[in-house]
Amino acid sequence: MSLIETLARMEAVAAGRAQPLTTVRHRHLAERPLVLVPLTTAGEAGAPLGALVGTDREKPLLLTVPQPRDRDLRFGFLADLAEAVLPYVDGFADDVEFEERKETDAETGQKVPVQVELCTDAPQVIVPSAAGIDYVRLLGRSMRFRRTAEQEPETPHPAPPHVPLLGRWFTHLGERARVPGAGLLLSMTGLLSRHWATGQSVLEDQHLGALLAWITPPPGVPAPQAAEYAEAARDADGQLRCPPAGPATDPAFDNRLLAPAMAGYDAGLPGAEEALRALVESQLRPTWDAVWQGIDLLRGLPEGARVADRWKRDRWSYTAHRDRIRAGEPPQPKQDDAVTAARKLAAREAAQAQLDAQEALDDPLVMAARRLAGEALYGTVTAVEMAFSEGRRPMPRPLVTLHTDDRPQLSEGVKVHRPLADGRTQTAEFVGYAAGEEGAPVVRLTGGMGRSRTPEPGSVPEPGETTCWTLFEHAPRGGPGLPEPEDTPWTHGGPPSGPGDAPPAAPDPVTLEDFL
Amino acid sequence: MTELRGPGVRPRSLDARALAALAANPGCRRRALLDGAGVDKGALARALGSPAAYGQSQFALARGNSFEARVKADGGLELLRLVCERLAPGTAAPEDGAVARPDLSAAGPEGRAARTALALREATAAGGWALLDHPLLAMEVAGSPAYVEPDAVVVHPDGSWTVVEIKSFPMIDGTADAAKVGAAARQAAVYVLALEAVAEHTAAHTGRPARVRDRALLVCPKDFSNLPTAAAVDVRKQRATTRRQLARLTRVEEIAAALPPGTTFDLRLADDGQTPTRPAAELAEAVDAVTAAYAPECLAACELAFHCRRRSRQDGAVESLGRGLRGELGGLRTIEEALAAAGGAPGADPDDPAVQALRTAAALRAAALSGRAPRQGEDTCH
Repeated sequence: MSLIETLARMEAVAAGRAQPLTTVRHRHLAERPLVLVPLTTAGEAGAPLGALVGTDREKPLLLTVPQPRDRDLRFGFLADLAEAVLPYVDGFADDVEFEERKETDAETGQKVPVQVELCTDAPQVIVPSAAGIDYVRLLGRSMRFRRTAEQEPETPHPAPPHVPLLGRWFTHLGERARVPGAGLLLSMTGLLSRHWATGQSVLEDQHLGALLAWITPPPGVPAPQAAEYAEAARDADGQLRCPPAGPATDPAFDNRLLAPAMAGYDAGLPGAEEALRALVESQLRPTWDAVWQGIDLLRGLPEGARVADRWKRDRWSYTAHRDRIRAGEPPQPKQDDAVTAARKLAAREAAQAQLDAQEALDDPLVMAARRLAGEALYGTVTAVEMAFSEGRRPMPRPLVTLHTDDRPQLSEGVKVHRPLADGRTQTAEFVGYAAGEEGAPVVRLTGGMGRSRTPEPGSVPEPGETTCWTLFEHAPRGGPGLPEPEDTPWTHGGPPSGPGDAPPAAPDPVTLEDFL
Repeated sequence: MTELRGPGVRPRSLDARALAALAANPGCRRRALLDGAGVDKGALARALGSPAAYGQSQFALARGNSFEARVKADGGLELLRLVCERLAPGTAAPEDGAVARPDLSAAGPEGRAARTALALREATAAGGWALLDHPLLAMEVAGSPAYVEPDAVVVHPDGSWTVVEIKSFPMIDGTADAAKVGAAARQAAVYVLALEAVAEHTAAHTGRPARVRDRALLVCPKDFSNLPTAAAVDVRKQRATTRRQLARLTRVEEIAAALPPGTTFDLRLADDGQTPTRPAAELAEAVDAVTAAYAPECLAACELAFHCRRRSRQDGAVESLGRGLRGELGGLRTIEEALAAAGGAPGADPDDPAVQALRTAAALRAAALSGRAPRQGEDTCH
């Protein structure tokens, strides 16, 4: 937690309600997101209990599993979930635009421009909390290796059609959610805590009800009390007044309400299934409403200027997975090979650096934290001295003297970057301090002035102008490229075995007396 | 100690989970005293009006028990196979009948602990495989005895012992939830520590080298089935941490001696044995007589956490926002103090680096929020 965030949290305590951490919204919010609120059965891995899902806040689809230990009921639930989610996910697949990309020609080895499809929009799934994202990933893992009756007619307990496909999409969304700044699968607690600082700790912010209570406390109630009520208030039966956002249920609910209702269902009592549905809905509905309330709050913030750029990467990610499925590729492997794993890590690191830079450039409040850390400075230009580079073709290299109150961590030769009005970046290097004063750094402009001997008009700041310089790059790129999978060195396990000699990812064995 | 608990109240024994939590927050005198005295913190928290939020679902409990029974079925052959596979690769798993399963039942915790020590000694001297199901181990915590009960301990033919921890969270494609594995490793470290004391005695008595392996065996359901799979977990780091933290625990007697005379946490239960008759205010006073070291992490580990959190918030302590804040804010202990320092109040030491940083941060934040550039001219950055 940066000191500015700490300060914001303390201000929230003093003010009795959450304080802004940003001035703009740093995540893309789809016009029509799909909200998914899952519940799971305690103690069982991937045994769903129920879910509310849909894109219409007034008409969520309620799916329940009256007896999670019954394999057929679980498969029925997953089939219904697939029918609810897949049309939404596929709905973006056919609306495409064309982008030009350079690809290496297989015959000549030269880079040639090719036209590729890019979906104009992509699905966005919103779950209540970070645990919900893990649950989507878990469901994806449990479904994608299942075999349908069509694929393997002999196998007992075939999965309903579409279930393996939903598993592959959930896996893709779950993997994408690990990329910083990505927006295909988001958690509401993550979204809200990025934009607001509450007067409680990061751990307590994981509770969606408490987090919302800090941001919009009910009229007349101080936020800390409202948050405590959301967390812990119980009625006379010992049930939480605000059910947890899941996917785990409250133990008191399990023991006092759910277990008797399930016993009633097992005994075949009339109306038991309806009673169970009502019970599960009573736990899901408050969270469903809370997620939509959070969406409303986030819509109230203006979108950051560079958010669309990051969303475009999500569209690429969606398009690529669409293509893999259309090409009939097998489901994602259980474990990545060395090169894929290294690629994923490198991509996430690059995305993190890019996210940090873009958020700072979009938002003065985020930039303030970088300035405090000595990674950026605001400076007023006090003098500009024209100078030229040495060499056969001298280029303009003006020296700009700044006045700043910030304390950037500059040393000679450090590169600094400045956003220009047209969206480009101007680079410069630090030369030294004018007259030895700490508040008067001198930088030599090294780019962004065009190719002629005289700088383009407006590309050199005028005296009196306030400029913002960062020590970090604005469009950071990843490290050096990685070898192709077939060139994996032996130190990293060697080339992966080809599709011919590797056994296809086997479905999980089905054991007879399995709970699952 | 009886006085602290109240007359006629049976002490609650410390389990490994509580010990691991205690070791994670060794500065908390309140927890050390209440646990050391065997006070039922859950009941205390309810009587104080801040009940703990956690319990266990019967579904999870049933699943955990059935899984453990399955792992230990058939005389523990499956478990021994996993031990050989993960901890002694190359050795053949013992045949049926070659595994000793000593009976560990005895009266009272002291009796069971003594029975366990004897069984360990015999098994080590015999030089074969042995599986101890739910042994009881004694250890001293902050000057008072505590008993811990691992799921199982396996004695190898070479005289080494392995702690087995059976958990019902799944291991999917060879990986499990890192937080849950961490908690299991801390628990296993407590068992290893308790076993080491027994091992020393055994080595002295039998003349055979007895040692506790520093890799515990974590047994979990494989993927989405209930077939067991296992992984060796290196607990050396957790063992060292727990040992150091337990040694740091202030001795319970010292804490108790510093209490005002007559302090007790007795709930004065009514005849039904459940309803406390003692006023909450009086109880709160007794609890406040011993200092706590609250941090938000306590919420997941201590029954009294909601009470301590309320107190911490009332005091405006900076730790209520996160444990790390204390280091960041230097000598500023309360939120009020920190905000005053940030706002430029005359009381704060302007040479204190924490105060300087806070003031800069406050100025930067205010300037960014007010939407104007900090100096003349337009903000070209945004």
